[in-house]
Amino acid sequence: MLGLSTPSGFVRFAKAVSPWLWVASALLIGGGLYFALLVSPADYQQGQTVRIMYIHVPSAWLGMMGYSVMALSSAAALIWKNPLADLVAKASAPVGACFTFLCLATGSLWGKPMWGTWWAWDARLTSMLILLFLYFGYIALQNAFDDPGRGARAAAILALAGFVNVPVIKFSVDWWKTLHQPASLMKMSGPALHPSMLTPLLLMVAGFTCFYVAVLMVRVRSEILAAKIRALRLSEIHSVQAAGVADGVAG
Amino acid sequence: MTRKQRRLYFVVLGMLALGAATALVLTAMKDTLVYFYTPSDLKTRHVAEGRRLRIGGLVEQGSVVRQGDEVHFVVTDLQATLPVVYRGVLPDLFREGQGVVTEGKLDGQGTFRASEVLAKHDENYMPKEVADAIKKSGQWQEEGKKP
Repeated sequence: MLGLSTPSGFVRFAKAVSPWLWVASALLIGGGLYFALLVSPADYQQGQTVRIMYIHVPSAWLGMMGYSVMALSSAAALIWKNPLADLVAKASAPVGACFTFLCLATGSLWGKPMWGTWWAWDARLTSMLILLFLYFGYIALQNAFDDPGRGARAAAILALAGFVNVPVIKFSVDWWKTLHQPASLMKMSGPALHPSMLTPLLLMVAGFTCFYVAVLMVRVRSEILAAKIRALRLSEIHSVQAAGVADGVAG
Repeated sequence: MTRKQRRLYFVVLGMLALGAATALVLTAMKDTLVYFYTPSDLKTRHVAEGRRLRIGGLVEQGSVVRQGDEVHFVVTDLQATLPVVYRGVLPDLFREGQGVVTEGKLDGQGTFRASEVLAKHDENYMPKEVADAIKKSGQWQEEGKKP
């Protein structure tokens, strides 16, 4: 598929697509913020506080999507030993962790005025916190080995094992009684939001998603360059050593 | 079978086993993973007097009475009810008909002495005019009364 599975094919694709993604995310987030902050109405019971949702929900979505990308790439890296998949997983982790943190922080700011508490150990909040810790564990494990290949392998296994948490987050509000309310957007009977609030939310979700993919592409490209530099340094060391051995023989 | 196929089956089987194990653990811990019990739950399970727990439900219409710095109200899940006494700051969303989760202890007389009251709202978002219009047309469904 477009030779996308190789690093050089990916770089070509990313160079062509990235500018459009940046433009799309700027337009979508700009338009989304305009509707979210100025046009959309206050909620009938939450008042102006409801506007936190337009940042909170897209962050939550990308926290989970960032992890899913990481887990699926890790699986591809483990099974097919695809060199690009490893780099995609590695690149997705810090971005997803940032969105997860943003989700928890905005949720906390929203919880205090509406629920009356910054934090509650209910199933939704706790499983989201576990997601953040899984990201931290993944990043730490990857850097815990001298050999980057072994670090990537160990981290990939952790990413896959932690993937069971993603459906738990999604369905926690349906499986158990929680303080957090059930899903408004991904609901069987259609979104439980008035269209005037649904529009800015969907714009923000689309904008955040474009932003995530654009950042991911930048990070993957820099990972590819870093891998190239590592390979060049190694070959340099080898050639210097080889020259040294040759000198020794000559002398 | 090639090495790639073997790795693929290994990963798929591993994920299935892990998923099944997680499902079993979560099912076994069903009762402890809930954030609160309902007044009906209290009837079917024995709760030791003086044990801290959380009770959730709706504030019954017409049940809120303020006496000095104490608030008395009744939490209902539309099947069973529980009288609650609370002293402290109530969240802004607290009102009759609203979902609440309250933490505290049962006293000897079957009254719940709350030390914390949190508001729980539903997943519906709409402007005030729309909510008023729905209420006016008689189509409004109170929280917890959904089919």
